[in-house]
Amino acid sequence: MSRELTYAQAIQEALAQAMEADPNVFLMGEDIGVYGGAFQVTGDLVHRFGEDRVMDAPISELGQAGVAVGAALAGCKPVLEFQFSDFATLAMEQIVNQAAKLRFMLGGKVNVPLVMRFPAGSGTGAAAQHSQSIDAWLAHVPGLKVIQPSTPHDMKGMLLAAIDDPDPVMVFEHKLLYKTKGEVPEEAYRVPIGKAHVARNGKHVTVVATSIMVHKSLEAAETLAAEGIDVEVIDLRTLRPMDTATIIESVKKTSRLACVYEGVKTLGIGAEISARIAESEAFDYLDAPILRLGGAESPIPYNPQLEKAAVPQVPGIIEGLRNLVTGRT
Amino acid sequence: MAVEVILPRVDMDMATGKISKWHAKDGEKVTKGAALFEIETDKAAMEIDAPSDGILRNILVGEGETAAVGSAVAFIYAEGEAVQSASPAAAQAPASATAAAPVSSVPTVTPPVASGETPRATPLARRLAKQAALALGGVSGSGPRGRILADDVRKALDSKPSVAAAAPATLSDDSIQKLYQPGSFAVQPMDGMRRTIAARLTQSKQTVPHFYLSVTATLDALMAARESLNAAAPRDASKAPLWRLSINDFIIKALGLALQKVPAANVTWAGDSILQHRVSDVGVAVAVEGGLFTPVVRNIEAKTLSAISLEMKQLAAKARARKLVPSEYQGGTSAISNLGMFGIEEFTAIINPPHASILAVGAGVQRFVPVNGQPSLATQMTCTLSCDHRAVDGAVGAELLQAFRSYIENPMLMLA
Repeated sequence: MSRELTYAQAIQEALAQAMEADPNVFLMGEDIGVYGGAFQVTGDLVHRFGEDRVMDAPISELGQAGVAVGAALAGCKPVLEFQFSDFATLAMEQIVNQAAKLRFMLGGKVNVPLVMRFPAGSGTGAAAQHSQSIDAWLAHVPGLKVIQPSTPHDMKGMLLAAIDDPDPVMVFEHKLLYKTKGEVPEEAYRVPIGKAHVARNGKHVTVVATSIMVHKSLEAAETLAAEGIDVEVIDLRTLRPMDTATIIESVKKTSRLACVYEGVKTLGIGAEISARIAESEAFDYLDAPILRLGGAESPIPYNPQLEKAAVPQVPGIIEGLRNLVTGRT
Repeated sequence: MAVEVILPRVDMDMATGKISKWHAKDGEKVTKGAALFEIETDKAAMEIDAPSDGILRNILVGEGETAAVGSAVAFIYAEGEAVQSASPAAAQAPASATAAAPVSSVPTVTPPVASGETPRATPLARRLAKQAALALGGVSGSGPRGRILADDVRKALDSKPSVAAAAPATLSDDSIQKLYQPGSFAVQPMDGMRRTIAARLTQSKQTVPHFYLSVTATLDALMAARESLNAAAPRDASKAPLWRLSINDFIIKALGLALQKVPAANVTWAGDSILQHRVSDVGVAVAVEGGLFTPVVRNIEAKTLSAISLEMKQLAAKARARKLVPSEYQGGTSAISNLGMFGIEEFTAIINPPHASILAVGAGVQRFVPVNGQPSLATQMTCTLSCDHRAVDGAVGAELLQAFRSYIENPMLMLA
């Protein structure tokens, strides 16, 4: 049975089902208990599972991350919620030097099966220190898996897969997606990490988009369809390990590639996607330069108009793809 | 630095130009703005002014020779400047092609680059060219800065076998769409019927030598006969008539009988022979949503008007439901296209191969015609016969039309 849930409800359902199925799963984060989480994701879980498993943590991201790594080494499956993904910077030592490295440094004798959830992205008027998209930072680190589901369905299935996963998985959740709705099956299903999804079939250009940009790209695709431009939209879903094969196959069909993502354009995920295609057999199928549409080279502004202008929006995506397909770039 | 003398685009369709005359010789002093050379295109001859002051050198394209639009044809050096033995600025040739006066926003095609240079091309264009063993140097690029796109290679390959192929026919969907404001049109995918119509009629109009004959026939006797026949039509148990003749049924019958009377017109062109047909099979164009079909009414000479009428109704219904089978639309020697119901008084139709003719039927119109020196009201229609001149000559077509008119004006002959 499937019914409509919001993205936030899909997360909460995945967390509840994982905790029901495995007593080693517990949640930790700032204000995730009685307050229900800054974005009301954990909701009433504290009442269902108790304070030992839905733990309010003091405001120390480094401390929380250290607890999570230690608990994971000791056989637990912690799911740590950061209030904003921006605060991952405070926990980088534990994430990058410990969680990502321990399995390798101890010769595979241990695993660090933790999940970190990061509310991310702009559009909430929260200014430069609460609006970033730093998913590509963490995707740069071997030993981490980084996922960015764009729909309630994928969110629930990928979060359950992340909790199952023996390695640390970083989950980036765009804040503007929390209230979006979609069909979600009731049972505890898995959506595999490392597999992209072709969200729309098309023949003129391949768009590889992440997170909320999947929805913006699909909207742009609808407009362009009326002009005879047939856009294929790939929802990347996982940044690391990246599903390059799906992108190669698509580019071989369409001969054009655009990457649409909210993180800062320079050295962002689009650079990696572009390079992989340039290195691959799909290179010989390219009939136009690769297009990257990413965030501005700027901190996210507080002014709402500038905030919008700092990340790709539908009209800009339409224009970029139109120019790409009509041979103007 | 020497200034390139570029062969400009003086005509929209121009890809190359022939230099008919140089007004200055190698080593002579030239003045900016003064006529330097003349070029000749398919349509025009034009004087081109020198782009700068200096000494004319390195004339690459002599009188009577042809060069691509945008290519350098000579160089102008400043006085005292050292003269290069070869063209000094060949590497910049593609960039300067933009100086060749593109017209408004119509996408321009940058000419093939000078030999020896690596052409700017997309990876896909390179791969396609390599597969087809096509030298990219001979391909014009339609992308930014003259970049050769995959479509440019495809077009070059398409145009290879037939230089005479009309340019618009080889334009891709994309390049046609680029001629219109984005968003100002919707794209309708082509279905099989539309493709077939396009292919067959293009082939017909381009390869079948058409000529046209028109005749005006008076319909009053036919309309009277039709009225009395319909009034006398047998009826079923609920008193509904079993058939109801239309004017078009008479036209089908008349053309079928005329083809029997003028057998020389009842033919088809078969390439190495002409088929002389014994029966009268006539196609009748039926407009359907998004196109048309031409089911064939067979053995018209042996069928009564009511049989033709009933058969035509069934064929038209099947055509509109797109249920016709090949045996119902293949063959035939002539066809009828009737636009009278739209008030069209006369028009010409394109022959539907392998037919040797097609009759374009206009509307019945009331006119005053002279009878014994007095105006008399008559209903008349004008029919135009398109003939395939390979199989049907003018006199034969005229005989067919004359016979057709005699049946229309004396409908009782059709019952004989």
